[in-house]
Amino acid sequence: MSSPLLEVSDLSVDYITDAGDVRAVDRVDIDVQPSEFLAIVGESGCGKSTLLFAIAQLLSPPAEIAGGTVVFKGRDMVRLTEDELRHIRWRDYSVVMQSAMNALNPMKSIEAQFRDTIEAHDDMSRKAIRERSAEVLHLVGIDAVHLKSYPHQLSGGMRQRAMIAMALLFTPDLVIMDEPTSALDVVAQRSLMSQIKELQKRLGFAVIFVTHDMSLVRHYSDRLLVMYAGQVAELGDTSALFEDPLHPYTKGLLDAFPSIRGPRRPLTGIPGSPPDLARPPSGCRFHPRCPVAMAQCSTTEPDLYEVAGIRVRCLLHAEALKDAV
Amino acid sequence: MTIPSIAPDAGAPAAVPAARGSIASRRVAQAIFRNRKATAGLVILAAMSFIAAFPELLTSVDPHAAIFDQQVGPSAQHLLGTTQVGEDVFAQVIWGTRLTLVITVIVSLAATVISILIGVTAAYVGGMADRSLSLLTDVFLVLPTLPLLIVLTAYLPSGSLTITAVMIATSWAFAARQLRAQGLSLRTRDFLEAAKVRGERRSYIIIVEILPNMISLLVASFLGLAVFVVGFAAGLQFLGLGNSTELTWGTMLYYSQQNGALESGNALWMLAPGAAVALLGTGFALLNYAFDEIGNPALRPVRRRRVKPAA
Amino acid sequence: MANFANGTNAIPAAASAAPASDEPLLQTVGLTRHFKLGGLFSSQILHAVDDVDLTIGERELVSLVGESGSGKSTIARLLAMLYRPTAGEIHYRGRSVHSLHSRRDLLHYRSQVQMVFQDPYSSMNPVFRVSHGVMRNLKLHRPELGRSERREEAERVFTLVGLTPAAEMLRKYPYEMSGGQRQRVGFAQAVAVRPKLILADEPVSMLDVSIRAGILNLMTDLREREGVSILYITHDIASARYVADRIMVMYAGHIVEAGPTEAVLSDPRHPYTQLLLSAVPDPREPISVSTSPAVGEPPKVVNPGEGCRFRERCPLAIEICGRVTPRLTVLAPAHSAACHVAAAAAGVTADSPS
Repeated sequence: MSSPLLEVSDLSVDYITDAGDVRAVDRVDIDVQPSEFLAIVGESGCGKSTLLFAIAQLLSPPAEIAGGTVVFKGRDMVRLTEDELRHIRWRDYSVVMQSAMNALNPMKSIEAQFRDTIEAHDDMSRKAIRERSAEVLHLVGIDAVHLKSYPHQLSGGMRQRAMIAMALLFTPDLVIMDEPTSALDVVAQRSLMSQIKELQKRLGFAVIFVTHDMSLVRHYSDRLLVMYAGQVAELGDTSALFEDPLHPYTKGLLDAFPSIRGPRRPLTGIPGSPPDLARPPSGCRFHPRCPVAMAQCSTTEPDLYEVAGIRVRCLLHAEALKDAV
Repeated sequence: MTIPSIAPDAGAPAAVPAARGSIASRRVAQAIFRNRKATAGLVILAAMSFIAAFPELLTSVDPHAAIFDQQVGPSAQHLLGTTQVGEDVFAQVIWGTRLTLVITVIVSLAATVISILIGVTAAYVGGMADRSLSLLTDVFLVLPTLPLLIVLTAYLPSGSLTITAVMIATSWAFAARQLRAQGLSLRTRDFLEAAKVRGERRSYIIIVEILPNMISLLVASFLGLAVFVVGFAAGLQFLGLGNSTELTWGTMLYYSQQNGALESGNALWMLAPGAAVALLGTGFALLNYAFDEIGNPALRPVRRRRVKPAA
Repeated sequence: MANFANGTNAIPAAASAAPASDEPLLQTVGLTRHFKLGGLFSSQILHAVDDVDLTIGERELVSLVGESGSGKSTIARLLAMLYRPTAGEIHYRGRSVHSLHSRRDLLHYRSQVQMVFQDPYSSMNPVFRVSHGVMRNLKLHRPELGRSERREEAERVFTLVGLTPAAEMLRKYPYEMSGGQRQRVGFAQAVAVRPKLILADEPVSMLDVSIRAGILNLMTDLREREGVSILYITHDIASARYVADRIMVMYAGHIVEAGPTEAVLSDPRHPYTQLLLSAVPDPREPISVSTSPAVGEPPKVVNPGEGCRFRERCPLAIEICGRVTPRLTVLAPAHSAACHVAAAAAGVTADSPS
């Protein structure tokens, strides 16, 4: 196994508030191999966006990294200075935000924004900048004539693709995406996902893709990380997880999607709502909502157990392992 | 099929620091006392109000009594010295508080009320009404106060009533624009559409549904206006446009200027009321900042902590 | 009472085709709504909704499916009388809604047609407790109730939607409730006045996936228990399938296909419906082969001419599609589509009203 591109170990993020510190991300371990597509899935309040920002070193107060390391290409990003970070930002890794309208400057043309980005990280001649800009737009299927366009002149789907183009300006090794399709319609979403996957195959970059919509990543991600209440609930190969989800939360999530094809079945969803992270439940954080909770689930905090290559934070599987031994 | 019941404890979302728009007064009171700026501002204003209400508790001297030695510097009997004609400056500052504060509060209150009526109605009703009210607002916004006042003084009896009226007329427009802007942003909120779908009348929606959501802006308008009025009124009176027989800090500034207080070495006669004006303005300003912080947690000063990396 | 446990279809057979009773509850004829864009002298007109004929029957759960910009939310607002139509008519129980002028008549209509909004975070006034909407609704529309009776009714509807213990829940402020709970409050408010129709405008789009099922089940349950019709507006065709008896698909201001849910989903006639169905991700199904990136996006319909609005993106477009706007035409029992090609395939033409 080649060494991982990104190795997150024991990462924790706290929000500092007057009423005490709230742990939004709790001791997360993930690794991403080169050219791998890792999807991080979870619902509101699970900490996935916070985790993403922590990895990308984009946290701002009151959020702070409270512990752990983020080793990217052999260097711990948490300990890098702002200067050192600037050197690798955008060249080795880049970020695609949730809404292009929030990330793109409405007052500047696409070309101008690409130029700003390039100039911030490299010295290239104007001509080279223009060529590179046209090249990346072409990569995402946008005609170079749109370099002169302003964001509001492009459709929603095109804007998101322009964002992705911007992220690829320096052909980074890792592209981090925070729900890039959530503002798009179903047809544009499908189109964008195919595009991302195709680019990934072509250019070979790794992707960390955060979303609340599991079904979106089913056919695109290699591995899937399910987060709940700031912790890793389940992590493993995508197909394996979909075929046979081990964690009751993952199972509940999968069952909550109405099916378009296949027979109609009753949907149950998951009763209750995610816990208040300032006062998380004792023991397993999911136990108040879990349909198969056992007595010890409310007292014992489960570790991450490995079962057939899948890591799952559930006492049900600790039992299974004990029995197997 | 039974509807899945929600367990009572499973409902609360993650803790929210200050509830947006919450009017629970206990919560507001707590927030105020925890904020340093608010406490400081409140102390200043409380002190000023107290002085305005009970000046006799702080000085037994009649501020208008011109019986003392003239132009005397600070001493044990006259903490701030005396005026050109022998009045006690300290007593004047103390007694001047009342009218100064009264003018400030009346102007701020009246201007805020007018700005609500015009601004919020324009925002919610829209259409022609909005256009005409906005035009009205813009006209009043560009009215030049000083020339207006000078012209009016020729026709109206000079004094506090006149400057009060003119200040009200010329200061409501700014807040009206802000309130209209906020009203417009609230207008598309679903709960207002929900009220319409319920069949509520327009006046009900404006008064009961919209206004309570604008309280923080209303308070901020009032306080911001007060800061402005304190200085403005003092300035007008300093120029002699107030009634010089009434005792306010502004008129004190007028007299001290007329009688060359600074040049003749009796600077305190001018500095004392000046400082008082500044202090009152500061009190309102502090309270204004504090309300901003209370209303918007993002503005609060952040307590930083150094990262303790794991070994 | 429908029973989900053994997996049977929960919908009474009769409602799967045409509406149960002969007289529709609500019917629109040529409903149109345009918006003027730009300033005083602009001639840009946005055609949000054009020439829509739809019908909702008693006790029916109908879904209006479309992407953003299709006009579906505008329809909701037209039916709720938040907008006046530019043209066309709305008939409620046979009576034209626009002949209602007196406050009494309007209030009566509003007691019959209620609405639930999309955004749980802005659909309730944050300064009041969640009981505010319910109590006001009761006060306005059920004047026969006294104060304690109103209180009881509020508790009844809160229990009905699953917000228990009702008395405690009524006292909460919106910020103390989760998104799912707030949406339930929205339904409670609507149901309290015993309406005949609830317009649910994307009630679950902003909720977490695991919470949606609860609200979807709530809708079908309210239809069973309270006998209320529901117009479920959504962009998610999968959830529409789950709850609706009939589906209407909207595109660029027109209804392009309508029919019983299973018929439309198993045999979509309009190319847009086909595109939509192929694009919906389903975690349990393998991805359909060769999903070429779809061409284009839904248009902003400004000053359109004649012709089908889907033609730019349609793989089947023919000459007539650019000339004549296709009308909704019946192609199979209770199943209609607005497409020249589909009509030809069924042996009819789509250029006259069906």
